[in-house]
Amino acid sequence: MSRSLDIVLAGFGGQGVLFAGKLIAYAGLVEGREVSWLPSYGPEMRGGTANCSVCLSDDPIGSPLVLAPNALVAMNQPSLDKFEGSVVEGGVVVADSTLVKRIPVIPGVRVRAVPATAMAEEAGFKKLANIILAGALYAETSFCGEEALWKAMEACVPARKAEMLELNKRALALGMRAEAEPAA
Amino acid sequence: MAEKVLMKGNEALAESAIRAGCRFFFGYPITPQTELAAYMSKRMPKVGGTYLQAESEIAAINMVYGAAAAGARAMTSSSSPGISLKGEGISYMAGADLPGVIINVQRGGPGLGGIQPSQSDYWQATRALGHGDFHVVVYAPSTVQEMADFVREAFEVADRYRTPAMILADGMLGQMMEPVELPEPLDPADLPAKPWATTGHADARPHNVANSLYLTAEALERLNVERFERYARIERDEQRAEAFLVDDADIVLVAFGASARIARSAVVAARDAGVLAGLVRPVTLWPFPKDVLEATVPASKAYLSVEMNMGQMVDDVRLVVNGRRPVEFFGHAGGVVPTPAEVLAKIVDMNGRFVGKGGE
Repeated sequence: MSRSLDIVLAGFGGQGVLFAGKLIAYAGLVEGREVSWLPSYGPEMRGGTANCSVCLSDDPIGSPLVLAPNALVAMNQPSLDKFEGSVVEGGVVVADSTLVKRIPVIPGVRVRAVPATAMAEEAGFKKLANIILAGALYAETSFCGEEALWKAMEACVPARKAEMLELNKRALALGMRAEAEPAA
Repeated sequence: MAEKVLMKGNEALAESAIRAGCRFFFGYPITPQTELAAYMSKRMPKVGGTYLQAESEIAAINMVYGAAAAGARAMTSSSSPGISLKGEGISYMAGADLPGVIINVQRGGPGLGGIQPSQSDYWQATRALGHGDFHVVVYAPSTVQEMADFVREAFEVADRYRTPAMILADGMLGQMMEPVELPEPLDPADLPAKPWATTGHADARPHNVANSLYLTAEALERLNVERFERYARIERDEQRAEAFLVDDADIVLVAFGASARIARSAVVAARDAGVLAGLVRPVTLWPFPKDVLEATVPASKAYLSVEMNMGQMVDDVRLVVNGRRPVEFFGHAGGVVPTPAEVLAKIVDMNGRFVGKGGE
């Protein structure tokens, strides 16, 4: 069985969806898998929503543009509204429930609501809700081996920013063991 | 083997150009190519090279002309509207037999168009990049790895045949990240000598001239004929294509660059549905890989050109197939990216009409 995962990560510009996507893609690279990362670069990202498509696969990746994701990370309400209908059956939605007020019920799709922004603020790394959500996605999908995930984090955060690396690792760990909120 | 890194196509291409000995980059910002110029602005000073943001695209290509005339490996990059502006300079380079590399990270057109990925400059790249009788060698990468690999090949072919060469990419390939293994760096000092270059020599030899103005008709014709003899050698020796599952294919898709990735997915899905589909992926657009395509004609039933435009390369497919098989087109324009499912539907439709029985 193929372990292909097609992910859309979406949020406001500045929330770090592109970086979270890069982390996931890098984890696939560490494991020697086929990976792609494609950002939105259209007018929608200027002051509006930003998103990226990430594919992890054991086979060569065709279109890197994900139109029917089996995983969606939504960091705000407009992003959830825009992409929730595209998630395929058997897929998963991870939503930042601090900012996504309407947590949807989608038949055949697991929805994991994690108050990532509130958790990040409480833990003292306000900007790292994106990494908490990447951790929550990991808890849902195990998109790579755990060792590869930590290696990817070390590759994505420059060595000269040792302090940032430590905070990112803490955020990732927090997301990986975050309790999902019960569905409404 | 070097370790693979995750890089954007624009950045991988820029790094690879430097590793191919390029020490002169002249550019001007335009989406979706800007990361390429930005990367050059950071890296060129560190390798003793020159990065210059020109006052316009026209200035940038003429700076490439100058650096190439002096024998350096020089490059410029832009996106579709900017490439149109460079057309005059590219024609002058061809007329002066100067090598150099031009990158087009295409976006939708015509006019200012949009900023989303497109392949609508195929005709421009392969037919009329500027005025006059000339060609440039055109490479069409379809992965970030090929963005890195083909820029080195473009420099080598450009030097070998004294012709400009182009990388015809698109916004998707420029913006996306994939794992890439970067080639080993070359030292520009180790590159083959260019005895024709206009380098200073204190009258030690006859002057070399880089010029495209010849007012004697017979002399100009001679230069054109000589140049076309070189083009004939390029057409014979430099055609490149990838053939995927074509040996028993009824429906042969032809697609390059980003749309080849989509076509390949559609071919795999068609095979799963019992339809014998295959793919010819041109790697050089000029010279068009006639030989690889020709080899598929006897066993095929029909051809489908898949492009991100209104149908341009399909002309070249028809020229090769020459009426022996039906040739159809599927594409999207303006920055809309075709989906594998749409292409699959078209393959199944053609299979029903030209092969007789539909897939399971």
